[in-house]
Amino acid sequence: MSGLRYCASAGCLARGSGALMEALNTAISRGELGDQIQLRPVGCLGPCSQGPLLALDPDGDLYAGVDPQDAETLVAALARRLHQSSDQATPLEWAPARGQRLDLSEPFFQRQRRIVLEHCGLIDPTDLEQAIAVGAYGQLERVLQGWSPEQVVTELQRSGLRGRGGAGYPTGLKWATVARMPGARKVVVCNADEGDPGAFMDRAVLEGDPHRVLEGMAIAAYAVGADHGFIYIRAEYELAIERLRLAIEQAVDRGRLGAGLFGTGFGFTLELRVGAGAYVCGEETALIASIEGKRGTPRPRPPYPAERGVGGRPTLINNVETFANVAPILREGADWFAAIGSAGSSGTKVFSLTGHVRRGGLVEVPMGTSLATVVLEMGEGSPHGSAVKAVQTGGPSGGCVPADQLDTPLDYESLQALGTIMGSGGMVVLDQSTDMVALAAYFMAFCREESCGKCVPCRAGTVQLHGLLEKILAGQASHADLDQLETLGAMVMDTSLCGLGQSAPKPMLSTLRYFRGEYLARLEAP
Amino acid sequence: MSVRTLRIDGRDVASADDATVLEAARDAGVVIPTLCHLEGLSPVAACRLCLVEIEGSAKLQPACITPVSEGMVVHTATPRLQEIRRTVIELLFTEGNHVCAVCVANGHCELQDRAVEVGMDHARLPYRFPDRPVDLSHPRFGLDHNRCILCSRCVRVCDEVEGAHVWDVAWRGEHCRIIAGLDQPWGAVDACTDCGKCVMVCPTGALFHKGDSEGEKHEDPSRLAALLRARHARQEAP
Amino acid sequence: MATASAPFAALEPLLLRHHSRADALIEVLHGAQQCYGHLSDPLLRHVAERLQLPLSRVKGTASFYHLFRFQPPARHRCVVCTGTACQIQGAPALIAAMEEDLGLKLGARRGDGWVSLSEVRCLGTCSDAPLVQIDDSIGRQQTVAGLRRWLQELEP
Repeated sequence: MSGLRYCASAGCLARGSGALMEALNTAISRGELGDQIQLRPVGCLGPCSQGPLLALDPDGDLYAGVDPQDAETLVAALARRLHQSSDQATPLEWAPARGQRLDLSEPFFQRQRRIVLEHCGLIDPTDLEQAIAVGAYGQLERVLQGWSPEQVVTELQRSGLRGRGGAGYPTGLKWATVARMPGARKVVVCNADEGDPGAFMDRAVLEGDPHRVLEGMAIAAYAVGADHGFIYIRAEYELAIERLRLAIEQAVDRGRLGAGLFGTGFGFTLELRVGAGAYVCGEETALIASIEGKRGTPRPRPPYPAERGVGGRPTLINNVETFANVAPILREGADWFAAIGSAGSSGTKVFSLTGHVRRGGLVEVPMGTSLATVVLEMGEGSPHGSAVKAVQTGGPSGGCVPADQLDTPLDYESLQALGTIMGSGGMVVLDQSTDMVALAAYFMAFCREESCGKCVPCRAGTVQLHGLLEKILAGQASHADLDQLETLGAMVMDTSLCGLGQSAPKPMLSTLRYFRGEYLARLEAP
Repeated sequence: MSVRTLRIDGRDVASADDATVLEAARDAGVVIPTLCHLEGLSPVAACRLCLVEIEGSAKLQPACITPVSEGMVVHTATPRLQEIRRTVIELLFTEGNHVCAVCVANGHCELQDRAVEVGMDHARLPYRFPDRPVDLSHPRFGLDHNRCILCSRCVRVCDEVEGAHVWDVAWRGEHCRIIAGLDQPWGAVDACTDCGKCVMVCPTGALFHKGDSEGEKHEDPSRLAALLRARHARQEAP
Repeated sequence: MATASAPFAALEPLLLRHHSRADALIEVLHGAQQCYGHLSDPLLRHVAERLQLPLSRVKGTASFYHLFRFQPPARHRCVVCTGTACQIQGAPALIAAMEEDLGLKLGARRGDGWVSLSEVRCLGTCSDAPLVQIDDSIGRQQTVAGLRRWLQELEP
């Protein structure tokens, strides 16, 4: 048997993997031994900037930029090999006319450790049987049949897993808190409102291995005593929504979701809720309001969602990647997981590597890997002979790490010390051509536009801050304006009601910290 | 009900355990400025004027929703807080078109009062001069969006007390605006009972009685609490 | 009970599925917009009645979210991605070119309903930055010259 896996995630689809699939299908059905060549769609294969990507089994080879016109010769080469010998380990004699075979010994691949993405790119995300064949819902079954909810919570706590949505709150502790809340009808929510511009980790997971996330949610529901869940996903992710709807349907049909799972008394139902274009709905109290069909405005905490969440019920909220970590932790054990990564930040983290970088895409690396490794080695630096100037992490709530600090390890505390955050995993590389004041103004405009308008400092403060940044960009600002920018920025951070306003000034303050000269150069002479 | 003892601005205060810091402070004679808060309506903690410092807490906390706790040490008027309040007021003044000299609420305006209290005699930030409409379609009342500070008291009183839910906040961020019905002229909204409670609780001259001219709006929002107490007493009576 | 001839009958299955629960408002608005193109006042009124919600609550909620429209969509919808990766790789120049060629400001729709110009904050396929979406097609690594040619090909 030979297998061809083509990436059917949004990025490669846009680059023509659909046409490639059709050409391959035609060639397979026309040629000999077509029944021995299996073609299937899979999730993200990694280096999106070289798509459409095509993987070959059993070789494990990865081809980039394959043109539909190459389909005939590829299928012919596969048939030749199938004819010639039963040993499919013989290297395939074929090279694409347009694309190339990627060298898997390169750092981009070698430096990765795929846990969250372990099945992403291997299985057909629209086929539940393939997911089950690689273990999907196996941990749910095991837990339901032999573990107490307390044991699950303890295992999660011991693993050291922290929230992958940005803030890094210990997941096990969150679960323990919700588990302790009274009431039988608790709720589990998956935050799939991946709103940071330049971030697509969650999209890739949902498009490539949706059952992994559903299983994590069901296990969480068992651990905290919930019977119902919501996945809140941004409307822009049309393909991920489609795959999730299908996955939920399949899981219900196959008895992986619903009442009386695996012959036990435990039941868990799941609803998909689609956002409608509001970044602030990534904030958990706003997300709850939106699930309840209201304006997505945050409310003060306490009470925390663990006490009063959706419909007033105790609610556990984790993001996509957090839930995707649950099954492997239970399968391999907390100690295994805790040994990966760095002290205080265990496990791996998925990053979307974009911007001025030669090789972009989705990478999963152990926590503690340095930014230099990811950006310079794996991403191979900036293209067109330009040097990396900085790396933006954490989106509009984060900041920039300057090139001379790229040896910083990727963990929650180290990034915080540099004035940025891990965030959800967006990593935008900036080369020397990047105007840092313009970038700060860009992020402030984003926050201004996405402010819900409820509290005064965020609603009116972001407008004033944006105005001041525009004034500096226009070369019309004075030193007094710069002082005012910093003072007002600090005030908005200290006084805003939710995380959006509290972190809105961060990209600006971070560029002021490392690239102050670019601001000063634009001020009017005193 | 049990009692909590705490310290507010150096004074020892005993307070009910279900009280907020704002209530405990008021009982102790310490005035914390507020705008969106109004006794009788659910708190939203949106204006951020009542932020206080609580020892042991890294973040500033809104007094209107923060419950008291035993041994809590609260500072309500540090220089940092005073500067914040001044900036909040400045942000509000520069965001709308607040021209006191021609306003119906001149002299009876909570925004004006707060500005005097925090010493905001001029704006350091630029005025934005937004283009906002005035709705005079209701037979008795008017709504001047230029003077609206989006405290949402009108929305809450109409929903929580009158039960009509004529008002809501629409749009988002700097574009937020109070709307009646489907963003219709107020006078065209059937749900309105003409009760006037929204006018009563409005802290500025945004909602007003037609016919009032400069300085003639003399509403007292605290009447709401008295009204609710009376209603409550009647319901409790045998 | 609504009949096939009743106004907005196409919405009934969705309302039924959600048992006309108020918390399904956003789901229902999505469905309503999909069926009828935009959220007209009569449609919003119908949704409010069926979910037993105040009118201002329905409009207040709908207007909070960028993706809900209150007027019919233009025949051609031009959307520039302004996610960070697109932003630093040329989105501002693409916006400027579109504003010039279409005679429209970002966020506007031409009076005759021919075309609208808007932005989206990240489509999530950043490796192909900068991205432009016109109707159902996506332009990857879009150049200003290529975009100008694309705009000229739009059907009148």
